[in-house]
Amino acid sequence: MREKLLYGLGLAAILYLVRNLYVIFLVLPDELAQGAIYRVFYFHLPGYFTAALCYLLAGIFSAMYLITRKWKWDSLAAAITEVGLPFAAMNLITGMIWGRIIWGIWWTWDPRLTSALISALIYAGYLMLRQAIPDPTERAKNSAVMAIFAFASVIFTYKSNEWFRTQHPGPVLSIRTGGGTIDPQMEWMLAHNLFALLLLAGLLLAIRWRQEERQREIESLRREALSFS
Amino acid sequence: MIAAAWQIARKDLRQELRSKESLNAALSLTVVLLILFSFAFDPAAEDSKQWSGGLLWLVYSFAGALIVNRSFARELMNDCLEALRASPVPSSALFLGKAVACFLILMGVELTALPAFCIFYDVSLLGAPWTFIATLALTTWAVTVLGTMFSALTVNLHMRELMLPVLVYPMLIPPLVAAIELTRGVITGEPASEIWFRLLIGFDIIFTALAVALAEVVLTD
Repeated sequence: MREKLLYGLGLAAILYLVRNLYVIFLVLPDELAQGAIYRVFYFHLPGYFTAALCYLLAGIFSAMYLITRKWKWDSLAAAITEVGLPFAAMNLITGMIWGRIIWGIWWTWDPRLTSALISALIYAGYLMLRQAIPDPTERAKNSAVMAIFAFASVIFTYKSNEWFRTQHPGPVLSIRTGGGTIDPQMEWMLAHNLFALLLLAGLLLAIRWRQEERQREIESLRREALSFS
Repeated sequence: MIAAAWQIARKDLRQELRSKESLNAALSLTVVLLILFSFAFDPAAEDSKQWSGGLLWLVYSFAGALIVNRSFARELMNDCLEALRASPVPSSALFLGKAVACFLILMGVELTALPAFCIFYDVSLLGAPWTFIATLALTTWAVTVLGTMFSALTVNLHMRELMLPVLVYPMLIPPLVAAIELTRGVITGEPASEIWFRLLIGFDIIFTALAVALAEVVLTD
């Protein structure tokens, strides 16, 4: 049953993404000032939102583990961090491509770029810490603490960019600006692609979660076998 | 709890002053780095006042990593960590005591290395001494409170000397950026925005509260 659900979710995500790509490339017109390159934005911003949501959930799942001490939360936190990082990479890479065309440089030490990169590094550190601790209980406990620190730190890195002079374009979504800066058709497409990426993230999370749970099962069986011999 | 924390801090300081293991290493590292950086960045250059503050904080953060690394690792010998856990000292006091000891050791190293920095890079901090001292204290606390926490998290790892800097440095970037901006303001004589002080104070309060709250979880099995 669960298997079929996963296949169904996967199929839905693929169809949705294909449909979105079709609209992005063939239906929507070029942007007035930027031309064709603005299309990376449909992956840039939704990728960032998906990654940020994953960071947030990783913090919540880790706190849940520390409160309940149920393995489920630890597996979920590990899985969602791993899922979040590729979306963060999508955000950084599309941003760099856009920067090369519009700014003429691949990378600039703009605070928003810097903070996105630092956040990715922090969560890569989280995954490294998990790898380094052999004992499952200690791994779950210590990495949960690290995830909570990581999230607090990500907020600080994000906030510090608002105080720093920034050359990153300002907010365009109508909920931040009150409307008028973005064509409704384009904003609608952004929402579509955000949902498609969230669907994909959900699918990846379900797969990674199952792997984590099975690995834990194998580990405990191995320990049991060793204790008999 | 304060009394217990102070006991732990005094124990750590006494141990450090007798063995001087991380004190000597951190102090010579700072001097070596200050000399090395003088080859990469010309201290006689026109714009040296713009970047020398940043360089100082890089050197200090390297020294900080060395010191906090030993904080919990020191207790592994003879199972001292188990004894500390079994003692009636609450975990939060144990953590705070260790953080305070690291803070005082690192402050000592920083203040000792400061004249060397001023001489090598022809810098005067006397323009706004109190701003600099406040920056020094707030940033050093940020480095030690986060560093001591991660020292506790990584104490049982084989690769702890490698893991600690990899995990801690990215998280320390906001306070270090604030410290660099404030120090540049002191050196060039054009005061930096006070928003950096707010960032430092906010960082210190939030991470101290988090660390004290989670010390119980980290230090008990």
